[in-house]
Amino acid sequence: MSSREGILYTGTPSDEERLNCPGRPSEERIAKGPVAVIECVQEIPCNPCEAACPFGAIKVGRPITNLPQLDEEACTGCGVCIAACPGLAIFKIDETYSEREALVEFPYEYYPLPAKGDTVTVVNRFGEAVGKGTVVSVKQPKKFDNTAVIGVRVAKELADQVRGMKGLSGSE
Amino acid sequence: MQQVDLAVIGAGPAGLAAAVEAATHGVRPVVFDENYRPGGQLFKQIHKFFGSREHLAGIRGFRIGEKLLADAYRLGIEVKLGATVYGLFPDRQLEVVCRQQKLSYQAQKIVLASGASENTLSFPGSTLPGVMSAGAAQTMINVNRVLPGKKVLMVGTGNVGLIVSYQLLQAGAEVACLIDAAHQLGGYGVHAAKVRRAGVPLKLGYTIVEAHGEEEVSAATIAKVDEKFQVIPGTEETLEVDTICLAVGLTPLTELAWITGCKFTYIPGLGGHVPVHNRDMETTVKGFYVAGDVTGVEEASTALEEGRLAGVAVAEALGYLDAGAAREKKAEIWRRLDQLRTGPFGSKRKQFKDSLIKEWSEYEQS
Repeated sequence: MSSREGILYTGTPSDEERLNCPGRPSEERIAKGPVAVIECVQEIPCNPCEAACPFGAIKVGRPITNLPQLDEEACTGCGVCIAACPGLAIFKIDETYSEREALVEFPYEYYPLPAKGDTVTVVNRFGEAVGKGTVVSVKQPKKFDNTAVIGVRVAKELADQVRGMKGLSGSE
Repeated sequence: MQQVDLAVIGAGPAGLAAAVEAATHGVRPVVFDENYRPGGQLFKQIHKFFGSREHLAGIRGFRIGEKLLADAYRLGIEVKLGATVYGLFPDRQLEVVCRQQKLSYQAQKIVLASGASENTLSFPGSTLPGVMSAGAAQTMINVNRVLPGKKVLMVGTGNVGLIVSYQLLQAGAEVACLIDAAHQLGGYGVHAAKVRRAGVPLKLGYTIVEAHGEEEVSAATIAKVDEKFQVIPGTEETLEVDTICLAVGLTPLTELAWITGCKFTYIPGLGGHVPVHNRDMETTVKGFYVAGDVTGVEEASTALEEGRLAGVAVAEALGYLDAGAAREKKAEIWRRLDQLRTGPFGSKRKQFKDSLIKEWSEYEQS
């Protein structure tokens, strides 16, 4: 594995890249409640997130290669942007979910889908298991066009690590 | 011999867009494709596309293909499938073999949108069953719904390698490893991040040394390479895989352009030898236009826009669109194209594409 950090070398954003990108809400905002976390760190021509947000909280502007900028005060944490991102790079975290647990929502395009109430193995950006989570929501309205948005509750300290879950075995 | 306004060669995004755009203004096009299904590579693309809303971003590729095809049929465009254009002669005469029948056409204008073909790699064992291009694996899973194997080694981290890896995972295969001889990721980081999140190892600065197996692939040996892409002895490792996918770039399918005698230039960043063209997509042979990957490997969204550009230019040249309206439409398409050709990935392509247009002008002036 390459020893160099960053999206160009590891295929996933480094902490420095994701924490400093304009789609990242502040720690204070994260502490307040549900909010979108946009891990889009590379200038590619793409802006569906901008139009997807019903609150105008995501700005790309021109040129469309600008990185999406999150207006953290305008963001309500509704999560509609998650399935709109073709890069599957938007997540939602809610650190106020309960005293010990946070809610993480991520896009998921594999079958079978988990069911509400399932215990799943949650993974970080490298696909490494970091713990167990409980599925609290599986959203897949027609508008999401088969990109399901899975909500899991996890230990609070995992909120910024969990970005997916281990695939479930079984036939599709 | 049949007389037609416009002959479009290739029913992929560029060709269909050219035909639809031209037909919208009254041109009667005929589209030829040697495949038995239209859409080129679009119907294999099950992921959501990038771009802006006007590029249909956020929509899955195959749905863009379905829409384009519906537009073509609504406009009464004739799409001849299983039709191989094997000859182009002076005065835009086309010779076609269509389902064992020989057909001849004389077109006022031709748009060549033949696309590109995948490059391959040679290594010991590369002829074993189980070694295939990434595009072939993509056709198997997304068109024919057949898994090529259970455990895959993907060679190449351009967007094709990354996207097909993700789609193989979605189809139920395991991707054992993603390697690239380059020391940096080739494609979009977000595509890589999806695959990484699924636990697929990424090894940059690695090449494939050998495929093993008696009747078919049973393993692959990979090794580290130095900055000059030479294998570093002692770094070999063997992975148990039953499929090796090669995603090592594309080369424009330019044979039909060569036989017209139009001027070419060589730009490795666009995939090799490509015909030069002007801002109307017209080559140095009057009435012969090119659009899409045949004039430089890019992606479906740019191919669609180049096709539209050629369609507008043809409609104008045939008198279906006045100069003012055409100018406006072309400016609008160029604006969208320029949007797609910005950023660290796109700006290099823009530079290459601009040089094609510059070379066209220089040729015309000489």
